[in-house]
Amino acid sequence: MMDSTGIENQLQSWEYSEAPESTTVDIDQEHGLFIDGEFQAPSGGGSFWTINPSDEQQLSRIARADEDDVSRAVASSRAALKKWRKTRPSERAKYLYRIARRIQERARELAILETIDGGKPIKESRDIDIPLVAQHFFYHAGWCDKLRYVSGTREDPNPIGVCGQIIPWNFPLLMAAWKLAPALACGNTCVLKPAETTSLTALRLAEILQEVELPPGVVNIVTGDGTTGAALAEHGGVDKVAFTGSTEVGKRIAAACAGTKKRLTLELGGKSPNIIFADASIDQAVEGIIAGIYFNQGHVCCAGSRLFVEESILDEVVDRLEHRMQSLRVGDPLDKNTDVGAINSEMQLATINRYLNAAHTEGATMHSANGSPLPDRGFWCSPCFFTDVHPSHTIAREEIFGPVLAIMSFRTPEEALVRANNTPYGLSAGVWTDKGSKIFEIASRLRAGVVWCNTYNKFDAASPFGGYKESGFGREGGRQGLRAYLSH
Amino acid sequence: MAQRLEITKTYKLYIGGKFPRTESGRSIPLHDAKDRVIAHVCNASRKDLRESVEAARSSTGWASMTAYNRGQVMYRLAEMLEGKSGEFQQSLQVISGLTAAQARRQVEESIDRLICFAGWTDKFAQVTGSHNPVAGPYYNFTVAEPTGVVAVICPDEPALLGMISLLAAPLCAGNTIVLVASETNPVPAVLLAEACATSDVPGGTINILTGRRSEVLEHIAEHREINAIGGAGLNSRQRKILQEGVAENLKRVHLVEETNPDFSDTDAWTCPWNIEQFTEMKTIWHPSST
Repeated sequence: MMDSTGIENQLQSWEYSEAPESTTVDIDQEHGLFIDGEFQAPSGGGSFWTINPSDEQQLSRIARADEDDVSRAVASSRAALKKWRKTRPSERAKYLYRIARRIQERARELAILETIDGGKPIKESRDIDIPLVAQHFFYHAGWCDKLRYVSGTREDPNPIGVCGQIIPWNFPLLMAAWKLAPALACGNTCVLKPAETTSLTALRLAEILQEVELPPGVVNIVTGDGTTGAALAEHGGVDKVAFTGSTEVGKRIAAACAGTKKRLTLELGGKSPNIIFADASIDQAVEGIIAGIYFNQGHVCCAGSRLFVEESILDEVVDRLEHRMQSLRVGDPLDKNTDVGAINSEMQLATINRYLNAAHTEGATMHSANGSPLPDRGFWCSPCFFTDVHPSHTIAREEIFGPVLAIMSFRTPEEALVRANNTPYGLSAGVWTDKGSKIFEIASRLRAGVVWCNTYNKFDAASPFGGYKESGFGREGGRQGLRAYLSH
Repeated sequence: MAQRLEITKTYKLYIGGKFPRTESGRSIPLHDAKDRVIAHVCNASRKDLRESVEAARSSTGWASMTAYNRGQVMYRLAEMLEGKSGEFQQSLQVISGLTAAQARRQVEESIDRLICFAGWTDKFAQVTGSHNPVAGPYYNFTVAEPTGVVAVICPDEPALLGMISLLAAPLCAGNTIVLVASETNPVPAVLLAEACATSDVPGGTINILTGRRSEVLEHIAEHREINAIGGAGLNSRQRKILQEGVAENLKRVHLVEETNPDFSDTDAWTCPWNIEQFTEMKTIWHPSST
């Protein structure tokens, strides 16, 4: 029998065994635009590299759609609208069910591709992103023939028309599903613009749309950078614009839509508060803090990036967080044990580093996870949190979109509420306490579209998601989410 | 015997439960059908707007009331309007130029509309909210909450029914209101203010500005403490001013675009989706386990 010192020695000497995902996925060297049901070369011939952010390897050249391409895509969606909106709802549903099935069948491939192109841990793309993508199509498929019950009208309500949908790079395929599934279920046609750094899974979805024989033009996919997105949002042939991304770009789109008849929904940034009361279950709360801020490298619009801890348990929570962070594994996104993957792009890493510098300059104290060494190549940021943060500090006010947490303390529930709500954002919030009446009081007074009580960062197709205030307007998911895709 | 000289009134604004004159000291004459000056109304300024918003923002009584209680207060308000129906009718005849029958019908429709929304206060949330069957061990539900401070921009005509239709929905959800009255016939709005002041509507819940609408539109759009705008009777240029102005603060804008919307379309104007526009959907998750 080994004595305890022996075990400790042995534990310390155990080396980490890698568990990389063994399946390989073929990636074409070039990707065209998906217009009229076919992959087409961009009219201007422009293209750009998409790279693997974990090792900076070039993966494929992606077509850059210019204004002409966007116009072709919009025209294609317009032409397809006539028939699609008249397709019997129960038949429309079958297309969506087919898409959901094919996503489930190709889940492994999609998860790997998502991880390679975007940097997120395979654990998350495999267990969270892709299953939710399939669920989103499956859930909305069932709505197609039940739309009259969405707003209680006697007849089926009408779709809005051609939707221009612009999505971000943090949950590439999931955001595509959030946009496409409800729009298609309601009988709209779509032009989807994936984010510049993460086009691959959307283009793989285009293959699935071909496989399920979705009529050409019902979904067009135009890849490119911000100029492609702007061309789509400003296009006169678009009836509805749906955008998920930064508040800054969202405001530009709102200005561009002013004075037009376009309908608009925006899902924008956040600086979400996560409030831990002394009567919370601390172990669960610590896991919730970790899930709240380090999930997807903190590239989450609803990340719990402002932590408010009741003063009496502040030291305890900070100690436990420090301990917990030592076992966070940062590294190869394809490794099944990886908790925190690569930062999505060089540009985003520079943004995060700017905030880290600001935090140092302004006097906050950094606590960093040094559990695993960072790879030499690629874009990496060690998860960290800051104490000695003042509400006026930049990291306590601005969205960082990285694995960086600002910790502050409070004394009374009233103070926690006032400080939590003191932000132009209002996307989400977390509250941790074992006292039921307190949960309801705090949840009802937080000005946020999603409130997670004793949990954090949970998503579901049936659960409406979206913000108050400058976090945007409109909901995605659930019955409420459909209203953005139906004309009154 | 010399004819008695009429007292022509200068109607005041209604802000925070009080009746101040405009800080700008400006007023606009009101004419009857024969173009005689019968009264003056305040021409509200940007500063009056700001004070109204502050009153609406700091008034917490309305939103924290139970929905049942809000319904009772709105019913009480309708009772007060019924008591003033003669005055409303007269203002619609003299200033808007309606026949007695038209004026009476508009007053009746307006009161009935308010009664309808008094009934919606504790019901609409059951229609717009939901319990969401998520795929996991969580209890998940979505509830409607008031958006906050809502600016209501009334059409010139119908001066009473347009105002009540646009006001009732955001009010019933628990929002507080800054109301910009009909420019051509602001008297129904002034009478509404008097009814508010003598009913149980907490001060600051409804604030009423009269005067030139075009002077305040841009400021309404830009004011960061206004959370939403509802309105009708605006031309496309005015709508664009609002939509461009809100792009910077992302407040919600719901404008009726038709030039002459049919406010008598009871089905359209009393459905709960008018209320939903002035609410925010909040989704709450909680683990469900033993």
